[in-house]
Formats: sequence, C-alpha cells, structure tokens
Amino acid sequence: MLILNRSISPSKALLRNKKPAIRSYVACLSASILLLFSTQNALAASAEKGRENFMKNGCWQCHGTWGQGGSAGLKLAPNPKPLAYISAFIRNSNGPMPPYTTKVLSEEDLGDIYAFLQSIPASPDPKTIPLLNDLK
Amino acid sequence: MKDEPKQATPSTPNSAPTFARRQFLGNVVAGSAAGVVAATTGAAAAAADSTQDAKKPSALPPSLRGIANESGEVPDMGRVGGVAGSDFMVDVIKTLDIKYTPTNCASSFRAIHESLIDYGQNTAPEYISCMHEESGVAMAHGYFKIAGKPLMTICHGTVGLMHATMGIYNAWCDRVPVIIVGGNDTDSAYRPPMVPTYHAAQDINAIVRDYTKWDDAPVSLQHFANSFVRAYKVAMTPPYGPVAISLDLGLQQEPVHKKGGVLPSIPRYIPSSPPQGDSGAVREAARLLVQAQNPLIIADRCARTPKGIELLIQLAELLQVQVVDQGSRMNFPRTHYLSTSAQAVGQADVILGLELSDFWGTVNTYTDNGEYEGVGTQSSKLQPQAKLISINSADLITKANYQDFQKFQVIDVQMPADAEATLPALIEAVRQALTPDKKDVIAKRAERAKKAFAADFAKTQAAAAVAWNASPISTARLVMETFNAIKHLDWSLVASEGNVSNWPNRLWPMEKAHHWIGRSGGFGVGYGAPASVGAALANRDLGRFSVSIQSDGDLMYAPGVLWTAAHHKIPLLSVMHNNRGWHQELMHVQRMADFRNRRVNLGQDMGPIGTSIQNPDIQYHELAKSMGWWAKGPITRPEDLGPALKEAVEVVKSGHPALLNVWTQPR
Repeated sequence: MLILNRSISPSKALLRNKKPAIRSYVACLSASILLLFSTQNALAASAEKGRENFMKNGCWQCHGTWGQGGSAGLKLAPNPKPLAYISAFIRNSNGPMPPYTTKVLSEEDLGDIYAFLQSIPASPDPKTIPLLNDLK
Repeated sequence: MKDEPKQATPSTPNSAPTFARRQFLGNVVAGSAAGVVAATTGAAAAAADSTQDAKKPSALPPSLRGIANESGEVPDMGRVGGVAGSDFMVDVIKTLDIKYTPTNCASSFRAIHESLIDYGQNTAPEYISCMHEESGVAMAHGYFKIAGKPLMTICHGTVGLMHATMGIYNAWCDRVPVIIVGGNDTDSAYRPPMVPTYHAAQDINAIVRDYTKWDDAPVSLQHFANSFVRAYKVAMTPPYGPVAISLDLGLQQEPVHKKGGVLPSIPRYIPSSPPQGDSGAVREAARLLVQAQNPLIIADRCARTPKGIELLIQLAELLQVQVVDQGSRMNFPRTHYLSTSAQAVGQADVILGLELSDFWGTVNTYTDNGEYEGVGTQSSKLQPQAKLISINSADLITKANYQDFQKFQVIDVQMPADAEATLPALIEAVRQALTPDKKDVIAKRAERAKKAFAADFAKTQAAAAVAWNASPISTARLVMETFNAIKHLDWSLVASEGNVSNWPNRLWPMEKAHHWIGRSGGFGVGYGAPASVGAALANRDLGRFSVSIQSDGDLMYAPGVLWTAAHHKIPLLSVMHNNRGWHQELMHVQRMADFRNRRVNLGQDMGPIGTSIQNPDIQYHELAKSMGWWAKGPITRPEDLGPALKEAVEVVKSGHPALLNVWTQPR
C-alpha cells in the first residue's frame, strides 16, 4: 500500500517499465537507418544555413544560441555527438525534448544544423578563466 | 462607539447627515450627485458631436464630470474634536516597531496616511511611496527575508487590494509575513456614491482569505488594537504568512472616545513559540537516520534565521550526511563538502525533508511528454525501501482552494512542526542514538562526500566555460562577471529571477543567510524587481551591498518600483538578464508545436508569436534613467560587461541604484 501510494498506478508502472526497452530498440534501429542518410547530408551541409535553421526551428531556445546548453537543455556543442545519434534522438525523443519529425525539420536542414554545431570552436579551459577560479 | 447621527428620513436616504464625522463625505455626496448630472450631459454632447463631425480627434476632450473630478476644490472638512481615531491606530502600530510601510496612496485610507506622516512623524513606520500595490507587498516580502521583521503595506479599498493579490499569494506560498492593511468605507448609509462605493465591499478581505493566515475588519478602535496585535502575532508565528486587516474609513476619521468610561488600550505583543516536533517522532527520525546506510537531508525553507544554517551544519556533520539545498532560503553553505545536488535522491535509503514546498516533486519525476493520455510520465526516484521523514510547519496551515500544498506524498515519519525549532531536539536525539560501531561508516561517508564535492565543482566550472565568449552573453559569464565585481564587498544577492541556469547557487561561495534569499514562492512573475528593492532597503540599513539578476519580463510587470528605489535612495545593483522574451512560455509553445508535428509561427520574432519582447527592443537602461537610476546598455559583448559593472558598483556604493541592460543567452 505504501509503495503504491508513492508512485503511479500499477498498470501505468508496467507500461513505463516496458517503455525504455521499446524506446532503445526504436532508437537503435533509427540510428542505423539514419546513419547512411545523415552521413551523406553532412557532406553537403552548410554551417551558415545550419545556424539559421538552429534559430528558426527553436533549437536555441533550450540549448542556447551556440549549443552550449543550460538548465533547459543539454550541451550540444562544441564536440557534438555523432550525427546518427543526434538524428535518432530528435526523431524519436519522448522525454523532456519534443520530437522533430521530417515534416518540421528535413534531413537536409538537420544536416546543416549538424554542420553548424561542428563549426563551433572549442571552449576555453576553465582553469584558464580567472573568474571561474578566483572565488574568494 | 460611533457618534449618533441625526436620522435621515427613510424617504430621503441620500440626505447628507450633519454630524461632524461625515460632514466632508456629505459634501462629496452633493458634489458627486451634481457630477452625475453633468456627466450625462457631457456624454450626450460628446455623442452628438461624434455624429456631426467625422474628423473627431483621437483623444476626446474630458467630460464636465471628468473636469470636476480633476479640478474640483476639496470642500472644507469640519474639524473633529479630540484625538483622531487614526492617531490611535498609529499608536498601536508603533508598539510593534514596524520600520517602513511601502504603500501606494489612496483615499480610503487618507486618515491613517495623514496620521502616519504627521502625528507619527513618518518614522516607524516611514512611508515608502510605491506606484503599485503589488510592488508594496513584494517590497515587504523581500524586506522580511533580509531583516527578519515584517512590514505593513496599505491598500486602497477593493481595487488596491485586487492589485496586491498576486504579491500576497507569493508571500503566502513563500511563508513570509506581510501585514496587509486595507481601506474600506463600510457604512453604506453615509458612504459617498460613485467611486468610493465602487471601492467598498461588505467582506473586503474575502478576495485574499484563501492565501492569508488570518484577517479581520475591526468595527471599533479597541477592536482594531486587539486585532492588529493579533494579526502581527499570527503572521510572526511559524509558519509565517501574510495577514489582512481592513480599516473602516469612518473608524479612521472619528475621534477616540471612552466606552463605558474607558479609553481604548493597546495589548502587549508577546511572541508565540514556534511549534516543535513531537518527541516520539523526533526519536524515531533520529533512529532511522542513524541506522541508514545512505541518508540524505533535503532543505527548502528550513533556515528561518541564520541560526538555522548553523543547526543544519551541526546535524549534517554529526552523521556526515549530504545536504541538498533546494534554495527557497539559504539553508546550507554551498562551499561545504556535504553540499550536493538533487541527483542524490535516487541513492538514498532515508531522506529527511525540512520544510519542503513539494515533497512529491522532490522524490518523483514528471516529464511533460504527452504520455499516459496526455498527462505526462510520472515515476518515483526512490529506492524501493526508502524511508521518508518530513518536518514541515506548512502542514499546519493547509487550506483547500489554492493548491500550494502540492501533490500528496506518503511519508513514514511526518512532523507538522517548524524545522528550525525542531533541529536542536533532533540533533540531541541523533547523538543519543549513535553507537560507536557507526564511527567507521560515518567517516567513510565523509570521504566519499569530499571527493564527490570536488568532482562536481570541477564539472560545474567546465560547464560554465562553454560559450564563455559568446554574444549574446552567456548566463554563466553574466553571473561570474557580476560576482567578480562585488566579491570584495559584504554582498547580498536579493533576487535572481529569470532562470540563469542557477549559476549563482552553483558557483558563488554562498555561506551566509543574506547571500541568498530564495525566490518568489508562488512563481508569480513580477516579484523580482520589487522584492529586490525591498531587500535592498533592509540591506541599506545594515550597510550591505545588494545585487539582483533582473529579468526583462519580470521588470515590466510594475517597473514603477525603479522610481521608488531612486526616490528613497535605495542602493541596488540590478544586472539584467535580458533574453528578450518570456522564455519559459516561449519553450512551452515551441514544445506544443513539436508534439503536434507543426512548424511554429514565429511572426517577425525569434520566438513563437506572443512570447518575445522585441520589435522594438525595450531600452531598459533608458527606462531606468528616466526614473532616476544610473544605467547603461545594451551590453551585448562579454568584454564590455566587466568595465560597466565596475562603474555601476561605484555608483551603488555611493548610495544610488544602478542598472545594466545586458543582452543574454536564453538560459
């Protein structure tokens, strides 16, 4: 009784427990399929267009205008994760991040966004920033 | 109590009575009646004009009634013999050492207004001119969290109290005492018609009853004295909260006189002791904490006073338990190696929650993903056998309508009691329950905590370095440039509204109670600017330096508080987190579009239509300058921020408010 009251209904709990496995499968499958297309897209991608798409499609809202992340979204850049991983995630996301289908964000636009993320230079070493170290 | 009026005949209910108390109001009745006639004539004339002349001006000339309202002479008020009732009210208020009354002036409390500034010599309380009742309440809210003493704010009948409501709700949710005093002309037989009647109500405090601890509407001066002292006592007994006392205008204006041969008297205020946890429950909580392998303390509004911080450190160190400070108050030093993040919840086998606003939300997750028929995914973060202990005084004032009590959470040991008052007994009970065999376990926990603290801080520094040189300026850079400019001073971060990814709490070495005063409580936007000014007022008297991270949307709810700060020479450094939008809502609308598989309509803005504050961009620095602040902006390049902060700090040190309009990253 105690445990039940602390969580959601048993049927929902059961569904929830199955969800991660299904989600992982879908993500892996999608990643495999998308890898080929994504790699091709990345070859012809434009960082400049990607920057525009990053802003136009609302990516900046949670991830910052340079993909740095923050309390509302994870860091995307510098050093973005592989395009296949990102593609699989945004097409199938069912967590705090809403899904972006190809109707909203085409493969080409996604490729451009990835090129933009790749173009973002490395961050300075935090040890070289006095403001992050001289706290007294 | 009231002077007996000459009876108006039933057939002439609006006849002006001739007794002194209402003489002025009677004159207003006559004037208003004439105004009604004139208004009708004026409106009719305006209507006739509009049909005859198609080229009407964009602003019509004022009606005769409007002119009369604006320029009519105030009729002479008959002299009232004896001591004014509102002078006695001031005597009552003065016994409670209320230092300020941030208030927006209004006719329904004109009598006590005059008594405060003349009879009371405008000290204790000193009148602070506000431009909005919500600002007055929020100033009192912020002031309390620095000074630990409540302020009184006075609101106009009906409309003024309506303006104040959001601020009162924030104070209620944040468990902060504010004495709300409201004007009201209760007596409909003698009340003037029109405006004063619109501003009167039969049960004026009904609108705030759901989110105040107590309210009353005194009908005699003795009743006022008793109720005002009671209101103060109720507000200041943990759990703290706002209270409301309405002042009848007639009662304010009529003279003090004896009743049964006795003049009204003022009751003494003697503070009540805070409610402490049951001794058996305290022992059981201690037993669970001592027996736990991986206990965790989570504090939200635990430290009501600086003493609360010391007690929490004692308890944490006694058991070497990590502490999550949820930040509605400054509960635990951010520099202490036992300070940790909310991720620790999932590993804990016993959790002690101290004055948590939301226990359910602390130990469960909610994901807004449209799952489960649209309600989103909910799941527990807890270990299956985890035990929960709660000490929370808010359990003593649960009401039904507004849902500030949050979702229901099953608790194993629940103490409806004040956490700070209960901590000494809990610490002692833990000491008694500790056995020598626990020594090694506790020592190992300390070592683990020290390593985890160092690793977490390094990760935080690395995260802050990302986009360090970006434009618009990153929130980490904004926050750390600000800290660099003030770190050599006795600083107090009086508000950080607008979600700067919590950088101040993650990076600033917050250790003292005034380093961080928490948030609004009810998440009613518009708290940040006035609460900062209120807290800065308290810090001014203590010789401290006040700084706020001020968001753009929050400031625009009632920017008139900038004038209040300049007018009363309240020094405050306001560094704007100007991301040019209501960013939380911006993300919500974007999410809805994504879930519905639609491209969101941006119009001409950066964010979805209706969520951006641009086109035109508001020149907040010009706005502040127009109200007497030193200000600079917009600052868009990170390299320009440090020098601007240096200038601004010098201005604030000289006793004036200063604002920097900084264009920032969204979060």
